[in-house]
Amino acid sequence: MITVEDLNISLPGFNLIDINMSIREKEFFILMGPTGAGKTVLLEAIAGLAPIKSGKILIGEKDITRLPPEKRGVSIVYQDYALFPHLTVLENISYGLHFHRIDKTKAEKGLNRLFEILNLSHLKERLPINLSGGEKQRVALARALIVEPRVLLLDEPLSALDPGFREEVRNAIKALHQSSITTFLMVTHDFAEVLSLAGRAAVMNKGLIEQIGDVTEIFEKPGSPFVANFVGMKNLFKASFSGTHAIVSGLRIEIGRTVDSSSQYLAIRPEEIVISREKFSSSMRNNYSGIVKRIENQGFYYEIEVRVKDVSFKGLITKGALIDLGMEEGSPVYVSFKASAVHVF
Amino acid sequence: MKREPFFWITISCGLVIMAFILLPLIEMMTAPSLAMLRETIKDKDVVRSIWLSIYTAGLAALISFFLGTPLAYLLARSDFRGKRLVEAIIDLPIVIPHPVVGIAILGVAGKNHWIGHLLSELGIRIMGSVTGIVIVLTFVGMPFYINAAKSGFESISPRLEKVSRSLGASMFSTFFRITFPLAWRSMLIGIIMCSARAISEFGAVVIVAYHPMIAPVMIYERFEAYGLKYSQPVAVWLVSICLVLFLILRILTLRKTREA
Repeated sequence: MITVEDLNISLPGFNLIDINMSIREKEFFILMGPTGAGKTVLLEAIAGLAPIKSGKILIGEKDITRLPPEKRGVSIVYQDYALFPHLTVLENISYGLHFHRIDKTKAEKGLNRLFEILNLSHLKERLPINLSGGEKQRVALARALIVEPRVLLLDEPLSALDPGFREEVRNAIKALHQSSITTFLMVTHDFAEVLSLAGRAAVMNKGLIEQIGDVTEIFEKPGSPFVANFVGMKNLFKASFSGTHAIVSGLRIEIGRTVDSSSQYLAIRPEEIVISREKFSSSMRNNYSGIVKRIENQGFYYEIEVRVKDVSFKGLITKGALIDLGMEEGSPVYVSFKASAVHVF
Repeated sequence: MKREPFFWITISCGLVIMAFILLPLIEMMTAPSLAMLRETIKDKDVVRSIWLSIYTAGLAALISFFLGTPLAYLLARSDFRGKRLVEAIIDLPIVIPHPVVGIAILGVAGKNHWIGHLLSELGIRIMGSVTGIVIVLTFVGMPFYINAAKSGFESISPRLEKVSRSLGASMFSTFFRITFPLAWRSMLIGIIMCSARAISEFGAVVIVAYHPMIAPVMIYERFEAYGLKYSQPVAVWLVSICLVLFLILRILTLRKTREA
């Protein structure tokens, strides 16, 4: 559906390098990556709003690399809504209809459908300045979809919203995707959004695509140290492997399987690590005794760093557990995790 | 709460400046008697030169509007090599002494220069003509328009234009449907600033065209020939008419703002 081939973009102080990517028809695809990774530039390149140095972009079979933005059938929704401040909600939404030959009754039907799904009927005559963030983003969605684009680009559409509205707009996006023929391509930092919306995703870093694939695959089998770290695998170690175990700074870790000889790293999600005061008797293959080095409050959870010989493991526990275990910096504790919780790449 | 000395310094400086600006103006505005004002406005020469001042300044603003808007847009939207230089060139007319402007323009428009030669072949006279006045006023007023329009364009998020394009609008449609409706107020302020600057021009005009006589030249001439008392009423009329015109424009803008 969308095919990006060897795309290179150079802007002052920033480059996109050899981007190759293909997104399927009607798919919900998510681009992730830290700020400055080039996600927005990639979206704008697909929309025809960023200058391309070399490479190709195709939608379906059609090469759109040199087409002006108005001829691409690609709509865009920005984080800051970008509503036209001098037009009412209705005028904003029907703006694109001026430039498309869409049959009047069909347009009317489309409008009503969007008004209903996005719950906007009572706001038609309002100006954007009188709308809440969630309402603004729903208007922006309707405006982008009324022209029946082949592709909808969403640039962090939820990150400027209050948490309460975020879920509401997220559900609206999901409903719109399921009921339309449009392919969705969205940029986000938020894993909850990724997991609830996307089928496939890509992780970008410094103008490169680090990994592309099914969402579950990216979260469970990160292909590089960067991706592992990005998806929250805080325990990331350089390791040497032999047989069904690995050695990390002299510490033997059971992985329960033989791995590819080219592997260099292993990673464990902090939620997979069990921290206890007594030696944990269970089927977990990896058990070590260590010392609590650091306790960090992360809101609902505490992140505990435990030093085992020369290796620091990071695990998460709830505040209640922290008090029950009576843990403080310097306490001796046990660290356990399953062999299957160890990711290797 | 006890006010700090700093507060009193800011207040006293403010008062001094207010007095500095307002005292001479109020003194001038109230000096001529009503009878004298009435007599002055009956003078055909006075009416003619005030009218000449207003419409040449208006024309200068109009020319700046048509020629300056695209450039202002370009400067607001794109970054290119030498942009700073272009901006500095646009500001040049503001910093050049006014008589120098007149002399510079005459240098190009005179018969010894090929442009002046070409113009006179075409039957266009700069020296001592309305055309000449309009050219001089455009020269001095244009920077004010371009800078105001540019900052108006800069205040509009480029994303609005990007969204408009992605929805199927060409660059032209986008400009007329999105950019212009959002920027016209800044453009109008630019037009007011440009014509205000143009109306007040004296030094450059007096070199290019002493006749036909614009109001500032007439005020100067009356001052030279007959003294302060005879120049004041013309000044009062010029200032009052301009203030009323600008006030009307501002009121129109404000009313539109509330509607929007």
